[in-house]
Amino acid sequence: MINGISINYYILLSAILFIIGSIGVMARRNSIIIFMCIELMLNAVNLLLVAFSTLHNDAKGQVFVFFIMAVAAAEVAVGLAILSMIYRNVKSIDTHLLSNLKN
Amino acid sequence: MLAGLLIVFPLIAALLVFMAKGKGARNLALGFSILQFALSLVALFQFKHNPTSHHLLLNCTWVKSLGINFAVGLDGFAMLLVLLTTFLVPLIIVTSFKNTYEKENIFYGLILLMQMALVGVFMANDGFLFYVFWELALIPIYFICLMWGGENRGKITFKFFVYTLLGSLFMLVGLVYLYNNSMSLAGTKSWAIQDLINSGRSLGEGQQSIIFWLIFIAFAIKMPIFPFHTWQPDTYVTAPTQGTMLLSGIMAKMGTFGVMKWLLPIVPMGIEKWGGFAIGLSIVGVIYGSCIAIVQKDYKRLIAYSSFAHVGLIGAGILTATAQGLQGAMLQMVAHGINAVGLFLIADILLRHTGTRDIDKLGGIRSMNGNFAVLFLIVMLGAVALPLTSGFPGEFLLINGVFQFSATAAAFAGLSVILGAVYMLRSYQSIMLGDRKDSNITFGSLDGSDKAVLIIICAAIIAFGVYPKALTDITEPAVKALMQNLK
Amino acid sequence: MIKLVGLVPLFPLIGFLINGFFGKKLRKGLSGGIACLAILASFILSVGIFMEARHLPSHSQIVNLFSWISAGTLDIPFEFVVDPLSTWFLLIITGIGFLIHVYSTSYMHNDEGFSRFFTYLNLFVFFMLLLVLGNNFLIMFVGWEGVGLCSYLLIGFWFKNTDYNNAARKAFIMNRIGDLGFLLGILLIFVTFGSTSFDQVFSKAGTAEHGTITAIALLLFIGAMGKSAQIPLYTWLPDAMAGPTPVSALIHAATMVTAGVYMVTRANVFYSISETASAVVAVVGVATALFAATIGLFQNDIKKILAYSTVSQLGLMFLGLGVGAYSSSVFHVTTHAFFKALLFLGAGSVIHAMGGEQDVRKMGGLKKALPITFMTMLLGTIAISGVPGFSGFFSKDEILAHTYEHSPTLWFFGMLTSMLTAFYMFRLMFLTFWGSFRGTKEQHHHLHESPKAMTFPLIVLAVLSVIGGVIGLPHFWGQHNFIGEHLEPLILRKNPSTLPHDTEWMLMGIASLAALAVIYVAYIIYRQRNIIPLNENDKMPALQKVIYNKYYVDEIYDAIIRKPVDAISTVFYKFVDKQIIDGIVEGVGTTVKGIGSVVRLVQQGDISFYIITMMLGVIGILLFTFLI
Repeated sequence: MINGISINYYILLSAILFIIGSIGVMARRNSIIIFMCIELMLNAVNLLLVAFSTLHNDAKGQVFVFFIMAVAAAEVAVGLAILSMIYRNVKSIDTHLLSNLKN
Repeated sequence: MLAGLLIVFPLIAALLVFMAKGKGARNLALGFSILQFALSLVALFQFKHNPTSHHLLLNCTWVKSLGINFAVGLDGFAMLLVLLTTFLVPLIIVTSFKNTYEKENIFYGLILLMQMALVGVFMANDGFLFYVFWELALIPIYFICLMWGGENRGKITFKFFVYTLLGSLFMLVGLVYLYNNSMSLAGTKSWAIQDLINSGRSLGEGQQSIIFWLIFIAFAIKMPIFPFHTWQPDTYVTAPTQGTMLLSGIMAKMGTFGVMKWLLPIVPMGIEKWGGFAIGLSIVGVIYGSCIAIVQKDYKRLIAYSSFAHVGLIGAGILTATAQGLQGAMLQMVAHGINAVGLFLIADILLRHTGTRDIDKLGGIRSMNGNFAVLFLIVMLGAVALPLTSGFPGEFLLINGVFQFSATAAAFAGLSVILGAVYMLRSYQSIMLGDRKDSNITFGSLDGSDKAVLIIICAAIIAFGVYPKALTDITEPAVKALMQNLK
Repeated sequence: MIKLVGLVPLFPLIGFLINGFFGKKLRKGLSGGIACLAILASFILSVGIFMEARHLPSHSQIVNLFSWISAGTLDIPFEFVVDPLSTWFLLIITGIGFLIHVYSTSYMHNDEGFSRFFTYLNLFVFFMLLLVLGNNFLIMFVGWEGVGLCSYLLIGFWFKNTDYNNAARKAFIMNRIGDLGFLLGILLIFVTFGSTSFDQVFSKAGTAEHGTITAIALLLFIGAMGKSAQIPLYTWLPDAMAGPTPVSALIHAATMVTAGVYMVTRANVFYSISETASAVVAVVGVATALFAATIGLFQNDIKKILAYSTVSQLGLMFLGLGVGAYSSSVFHVTTHAFFKALLFLGAGSVIHAMGGEQDVRKMGGLKKALPITFMTMLLGTIAISGVPGFSGFFSKDEILAHTYEHSPTLWFFGMLTSMLTAFYMFRLMFLTFWGSFRGTKEQHHHLHESPKAMTFPLIVLAVLSVIGGVIGLPHFWGQHNFIGEHLEPLILRKNPSTLPHDTEWMLMGIASLAALAVIYVAYIIYRQRNIIPLNENDKMPALQKVIYNKYYVDEIYDAIIRKPVDAISTVFYKFVDKQIIDGIVEGVGTTVKGIGSVVRLVQQGDISFYIITMMLGVIGILLFTFLI
């Protein structure tokens, strides 16, 4: 394996990162943190993709990762723009306050 | 070619009117609608001389993978109703000249868009296209009612929209079923009316009954037929006058026309099984609507219920599937369309001149304006189907058709002759005759545009009453073909 | 000339159009002149056609104008028939119509609606001519409804008066009830025979089932009940007196109301086949005759008396039709048109002189002031009362003789009716023209004989009322019965009298004596004792009170028909429509909304909650797939 490190460790690390990310998304109310947690989840997936790509000796996975990174970058750009707009309007980025659609 | 133009022209016209600014919009709209009328007259000329001319048909592929074609054509039924539509739309536009609407360009654009959809419904020869136009017609009228309507328009318009949309969805289910069945039957994908007819006829009685109800409900709501009518009086009253005219003058005919072209030939066994029941419902509606009209105080609501009663009789006549019933239905569609525009215009004139439509408050208008009284009288006589007005030949043929189905049903349908006279004469008397009840109410001379429209309508009422053959000649071949198809 | 029959209704139509469009701008003389001229032209043409048609080899000729309504196998041409019956009615309509038009030019002279009046009157004549000329039931129906419309317009001519408008509307609606029967009859005819043209239908009548024929005959008769004011649809006619008096004379006495008689005579084939229908016609006729005559006894409005008399006389005509004496009934239509038009026009002249007063209690002694009116009305009254030698005597006697042959009971009631007629007519005469004047001084001062345009028609009609009987002299006198022979080709079941001559003489004798005796009684009561009828509020015997109030029939109709219809309609509107049907529709909406409001509790708008549920969902699905 890659420098003798078993694939299992990669999977484990990725799973831990993903769980941290998802818990963060679920539990936190600050939009920025939620954003960062989403990034964390994406990177967990990326890590997994890269690891398996090397394992199978197939470049497709790494190409995918580039796509994901590009999309993630775009998403952050748009998302942060939205957030800053929201902040300008309601002076807060607390997701619990943003429930106007409810009614 | 001509057929396609009849649909495309009002669409382009509508777009141009949308872009127009200020007062120009109404004149532009009027001009376009008159051109469209001229265009349909050309089509009539073509139709008279060469009914099978390729100018009257258009068939191009639209969505190939689903077998959807843009297939439109003019047969006798479509010809007459297209003429009715293109004849009424300019009149309807003129009637609006004394009202001021905000965003005129959108108002008139929507009317023209509506015209395009209506013409499309009448001309479509492809089941899917028919459905598209059917739904398309709902959109402009929805906005017309919502944006320029009267009191409580939000709730009422929403109810109207959802109610008719729900009905249409049932129809869609029915059509899709027919389409799928046709696919497994012939192996090709096609929405063409003839294929749907073949498909429908291959079904057994049980399935035909289901299809009958799925499609009939859409038409029954649109006409409307008892007990699917409760959206109608409120919508007619709330909608702006021009919207009401479009609704009752032309749009209600979509339902009756639909039964004729898209129901009778497709499920003959379903008709045989359930037609009697549906006729019963229609006739209940005729009497029920007439009775309710008797106790109305708001003249517009009174006409709305009377319109409901009249259309019920048309529905009953069609469902008898007799030559007399069908021919009578065609005549009555035209007569009722013209008449409804006249009556709603009168309601509008009353409101504009006196500030009320309440029958009990109005009175003695005849001594203030004799000419209006005469025109009103003629329109009213058309509505009570006096012989030598356009209402009579249609009503006679319809009752004739119903009579062949059942003498008792005809006797009940005929009660509308009496009840119609009751509410029409009562309201006329209360509004026009006697002495003024309220000295504040004055009634000056009519505006030129109102007068012109009323005179045209009265002339049409008498002309088609004296010589209905001018209309029946157009539909005669189509009725014959349909009767042949039903055998 | 027969080919020109289309012109006969065309002239009044042209008159209608000219007066309708330009009437207000025309001088009164011109407007009235055009209207009269139109009718005169029709009359002259009618005479020509009548003469020519008498010598036709085949008794009827059809003139086709254009195809009117067609659908499938139904084809209704707009065509006219020229035959003895239609030409006979043409003469009555245009002849009497012309006289009444002339009369109206003077009677209506001061009315602001002068040209409008003639517009309607011309239109009426047009429709009436369509009615009798049509060669199929539907054209007849066009005329039938058309005259109903004109009747509506003319009864409510003075449209500012609410009572008049109500009367007009009542007339139209009651007629419509009859018309529905007529219409259904036409439909049954079409369904049975495949045509509505007279020649085709009547030639096939023998092939149809007996029950169907009875149904057709009865349905048509319902139409006749409405138009000719028979029980139970008669109440509109007395109210119709709200119209100007010439209208009462033309429409509600001489022409329109006899349309029912025309129709039954036209369709006599059906009634000859169906004994049942004939019996119904006879019984309804005699019942109406007697019933209306009793009401006539206690009326005080001069026009109402004449109106009930008309209803009663129409009943007699239907009695004649019911017993198969078709030509006798047409004969009575003719003589009745003469004397009843005369009486109405005379009454108009009286009302004119009295400045609009119509109550006989306030008249009296008018004989000197209105000599011509008095003389002519007296002749008319004698004619209607059945005094021997006058026109009414012959026509009434013919009907009663046929009735006697059929059923002595019916004859008895018929006889009773004609006695009552003589009584109330002379009551009217004595109260109006003899005794002392009971009106106001002002009225007395104003009394004057009417102008020539009004007295001329009176004189012509009086002459006709006297000598009109010659067209139908009794057979057993060994005379030609002109009208009987004229109509013979159209009557299916010939009905030659089989009564012995001495019986006929006896019946005639009884009728004459009875008439004279009743007149004498009336003379004693109203002339010698000078009894003036009671006022509304005076105490009167119960029976008299019931009759005075017209047996409360209007009130009964109001209670059992109008009010229930209004009540049911209100229930339909307020309860069934708004609550039940719309309730269900709204209910569907509310249900959906209710479900939505429950389900939406899940949608809190909280992102983290969504993600938790999503996660749990994913985990659930994963577990589900892996474990099962």
